Amino acid sequence: MRLTLTVNGERHDIDAVAGTESLLSVLRRRLGLSGAKNACEQGQCGSCSVHLDGVLVCACLVPAPQAHGRSVETVEGLAGEDGPHPVQEAFLACGAVQCGFCTPGMLKSTEDLLRRCPDPGEAEIKDALAGNLCRCTGYGHILDAVRLAAARTRALEARP
Amino acid sequence: MSLPATMDFLLPDRLDDALDALAARPGTLPVAGGTDVMVRLSRGRERPPAAVDLTRIPCLARWEREAGVVRLGAAVPYTRLADELAGPLPGLAAAARTVGSRQIRNRGTVGGALGTAWAAGDVHPMLLALGAEVELVSARGARRVPVREFYTGPGRTVRAPDELIRAVRVPEAEGPQSYAKAGRRGALVVATCSFAAALWPSRGTVGTGIGGAADTPLPALEAERFVAGELAGRRLWQSLEPLPDGVLTRFGELAAAAVSPADDVRGSAAYRRHAVAVLARRALGWVWDDYRADARAKEETCA
Repeated sequence: MRLTLTVNGERHDIDAVAGTESLLSVLRRRLGLSGAKNACEQGQCGSCSVHLDGVLVCACLVPAPQAHGRSVETVEGLAGEDGPHPVQEAFLACGAVQCGFCTPGMLKSTEDLLRRCPDPGEAEIKDALAGNLCRCTGYGHILDAVRLAAARTRALEARP
Repeated sequence: MSLPATMDFLLPDRLDDALDALAARPGTLPVAGGTDVMVRLSRGRERPPAAVDLTRIPCLARWEREAGVVRLGAAVPYTRLADELAGPLPGLAAAARTVGSRQIRNRGTVGGALGTAWAAGDVHPMLLALGAEVELVSARGARRVPVREFYTGPGRTVRAPDELIRAVRVPEAEGPQSYAKAGRRGALVVATCSFAAALWPSRGTVGTGIGGAADTPLPALEAERFVAGELAGRRLWQSLEPLPDGVLTRFGELAAAAVSPADDVRGSAAYRRHAVAVLARRALGWVWDDYRADARAKEETCA
């Protein structure tokens, strides 16, 4: 089928998309957006997390045809013209990146959390990241980064 | 990742068009969130001739409350169930919160879980304990099936190939409900086994459901009969006394006697049988203690 979708604000028409193809495959192989990672293909690791019409999903578990006419936001869309997203800056500041493979998914889950819940408690943070595995086990710094990102986002929003 | 590109994916926005598609090609696969289906498709375990998307059909994504029953559209994701229906359906909302991760709960649905009919799925025990009914619809007509008659084997149900799960009708809570789940860690975990209990004071019964401990999810029928008899015989609904330890233990034993578990990667049959007894005992204790506390609080308010 011919798939039409918007990715990070840009419209794409993609031909010959198979019914069995995943949204992740379309993003990585057809559009060359390699930020969302292909790892478990079971929804266990969260490294392919993206927003689909504003809802955080594992792109590996979304049949590509279901994204027809919909809007996708990937980690590539996080940074703006004036630099990295506050969540990205917080991960850098806290050293919350080791090998980096899980980082795009962690960034998307953190962004999703702060959209829903600007002042998250510990339980909310852990629930938000429960679907994202870090094989380097760098969770301590990652949790620090989420707390910092939350504080900075609130500070930015409080500014007149 | 080298899959033949032969599966048509239909994107109807009307229910009738989805039903026509199911009638036209037997074996057409209905897909809501895709969280079960895509795992099977990506591994080439399943290759249906066609799939039909359910996420564009508005009536499947709605719920409504009427006469003490929540009619939950088959494509309402777990996140919405947990956020919007925790009042009338506290047990089902609690079970939905234990499914996978947020990414999975944002997509996965009760309708999809019923279609997959995996014995370890988190919502089945509570659907059994609540006495839910499954609405099936096809181009031939519609019917309702009690969930206790819905599962027929591993991954098998009474759904005919041209039928679609349209909604689940779930009675609203009239007492405490509890979902107890055993797994290897606290988050993003498949149940090794699980147990649901729901109190129905107006009927003097306790509804039950067991997951992950047989070919299908199943109710603990003997345990239900036993505890209803004990609650009535000991006049506990009136006295609001604690359940004697012996009753809790016997309830657990009867629940464990209902299962026929298998050894697999998540646990042994012996472990599952033991764990079902423990979970059943705990779940019953929790709902009864909550009921007593609620009843006492009500008495104090009235006094």
